Amino acid sequence: MVATASSSKISKIVNARLLLDHKIVQDSYLWFQDGKIIHPQNLFFDQHRDADEIIDAKGALVVPGYLDIQINGGYGIDFADNEGSLEKIQDDINTVAKGLLQYGCTAFCPTVVSSAPEVYNKVLPLLNKRKGDAKKGSEILGAHIEGPFISHEKKGAHNQAIFRTGKNGICEFDEAYGPELMKGSEAVSIITVAPEIEGVIDVIPELAKRDICVSIGHSAATISEAETAVTKGATLITHLFNAMLPFHHRDPGMIGVLGAVDLPVPEDPLRHPAASNTSPYRNKPDPRPFYGLIVDGVHVHPNSVRIAYYAHPKGCVLVTDALSALGLPRGVYSLGGRDVEVDDNGAAYIKGTNTLAGSTITIDQSVRNFRNFTKCTMVEAIEAATLHPAQVLGISDRKGTLNPGGDADLLFLNDDLEIQRVFVYGEEVELHKNK
Amino acid sequence: MRLIIREDYDEVSNYVANYVKERIKQFAPTADRPFVLGLPTGSSPIGTYNKLVDFFKSGELSFEHVITFNMDEYVGLPKNHPQSYHTFMWTNLFAHINIKAENVHILDGNAPDLDAECKEFEAKIARVGGIELFLGGIGPDGHIAFNEPGSSLTSRTRVKTLAYETIIANARFFEGDIGKVPKLALTVGVATVMDAREVVVTITGAHKAIALAKCIEEGVNHMWTVSAIQMHPKGLIVCDEDSTLELHVKTVKYFKSIEHVHQALIGTENLSLQDIFFFVGT
Repeated sequence: MVATASSSKISKIVNARLLLDHKIVQDSYLWFQDGKIIHPQNLFFDQHRDADEIIDAKGALVVPGYLDIQINGGYGIDFADNEGSLEKIQDDINTVAKGLLQYGCTAFCPTVVSSAPEVYNKVLPLLNKRKGDAKKGSEILGAHIEGPFISHEKKGAHNQAIFRTGKNGICEFDEAYGPELMKGSEAVSIITVAPEIEGVIDVIPELAKRDICVSIGHSAATISEAETAVTKGATLITHLFNAMLPFHHRDPGMIGVLGAVDLPVPEDPLRHPAASNTSPYRNKPDPRPFYGLIVDGVHVHPNSVRIAYYAHPKGCVLVTDALSALGLPRGVYSLGGRDVEVDDNGAAYIKGTNTLAGSTITIDQSVRNFRNFTKCTMVEAIEAATLHPAQVLGISDRKGTLNPGGDADLLFLNDDLEIQRVFVYGEEVELHKNK
Repeated sequence: MRLIIREDYDEVSNYVANYVKERIKQFAPTADRPFVLGLPTGSSPIGTYNKLVDFFKSGELSFEHVITFNMDEYVGLPKNHPQSYHTFMWTNLFAHINIKAENVHILDGNAPDLDAECKEFEAKIARVGGIELFLGGIGPDGHIAFNEPGSSLTSRTRVKTLAYETIIANARFFEGDIGKVPKLALTVGVATVMDAREVVVTITGAHKAIALAKCIEEGVNHMWTVSAIQMHPKGLIVCDEDSTLELHVKTVKYFKSIEHVHQALIGTENLSLQDIFFFVGT
């Protein structure tokens, strides 16, 4: 513990229902100091300190702030857009980070779609890990680089002219992304690759060694190619169902990984889902990877969401895959240099086509949709946007948790899981509510 | 001594919590004249503590001028260990009420000089004018605090080796592993408890029946240390029906009839609690 006690303000939240240890707990309190959740017992007995500030939650649900590990931009801004000065791009990133706080997203991975090396060289340094702030914006957990080592067949809205293979190994990757990739998880938290692309399978362990989460997606991989990628170290599937082969009963493709039984069992539970009733072993971490799900009701049919969830409940991670149109009215916007059009359902298509390009859903709406689609418990719905994404990144000791030692990123929710108050590192965010 | 018999654990907890609340309110503690309370741990007082927390939350009771002294603590367990008595008291009582941290006294099982710690604890009690009311439970072997059979009835706060039976009983809190249970504890002595101006003992469950019978129907005996309550001018035992199973029918009927007379006399709230003792003549 700390050698010298901090004399800064201690806050105590009362009259709250806390999400602790996978349960909603009533007669408990949440204490925080210096932006961290603390255990007050030591303060009481050793320093005779009581709370300086009491926050009355008035019966609200108090849960960890949401994490969004796949989001391409918002408010007209695209993280893959490299036009303009560094200052302008930095301002744009700050605008998005600030806006996301309104939806309860207190930490995110800015996602950059397939781009040319110049783009990565320019934008990736601006997307390094950055602490959250109630006034300045949501915490940046490092970038999620999606492509260009992906399948032409499953490009979605990406520009396939930039796609490449990894036949020369890791140096192709370093060349494609620039020096930020060497920094590992300081700069890049997640990389999406297609395992069937030449050279990719052998590079997966190298990327994992740099502490980067390897995610498989935008791929036409068969079930055996997908499982091989997991044995090599892939721990996430990018937006399950979208940009991969559809489920076929004789070759279930990447989706079939959810039904895998003989993947190697991990020794270290870090970055692996906890065991559930559907795990191969009930007392060891689950060998299957996590999987992202876009739950706007457009990208994936609600029934499909439910089937996937109950096949592998502890691996489900809600992602928005929101694009630059998030937070703006219907119209035409840009994503990775292409025109996309947002319809009345909030779905974005490449202009003039039926190809989905992203969503405009927010993470808190995702949690509400997910609960409706699957009829899961409140705890399960919230954990899919807090605990599970934190586990993906190996940071579940400080994000996605209300345990002592966690960052005091908090949301107060009502029973419909609508956001009432947001705190980042213990400071309250000013919400613009239209109610 | 008074014996109050109630139906079950919940009724006993309610009675004791109510009694403590009324005693504190009648005392009307201030900063210069605080109410000094002795407190136990274990499963017996949890219901009472829950009720006291409810009284605080409803505004009926304030702990602002209450000073507490706990009975015991394990030796060698870190203060924030889930099974330490510090953790027990924090989780079950102190976290929920407005008691001041400097008014809370629990023996430190990690003190460099355990004997000095024990002597200082006694000195602290003396400095605040002695304990007004000591709450306690009883073990199946009739012990109060960790004063196991054979403890001197004139004992004071000291280090004790725990009886094997106690270690087994505690193993359930240490994942059933006897090896993990502490073997030593610091405890107030029998005399420390009996020096309080009032002693209130809670006894529930059939497994305590023999201990209750030994402690109130037979002599004062160091093999059943709670029996020392027979020598106390103001002792109160609150128990459930199950724990009276080994008492003589005559004993149970006697105490129930006294209480029946009480209810008739104190039907209104006009008689104070102190008057009850005057009438009964313990």
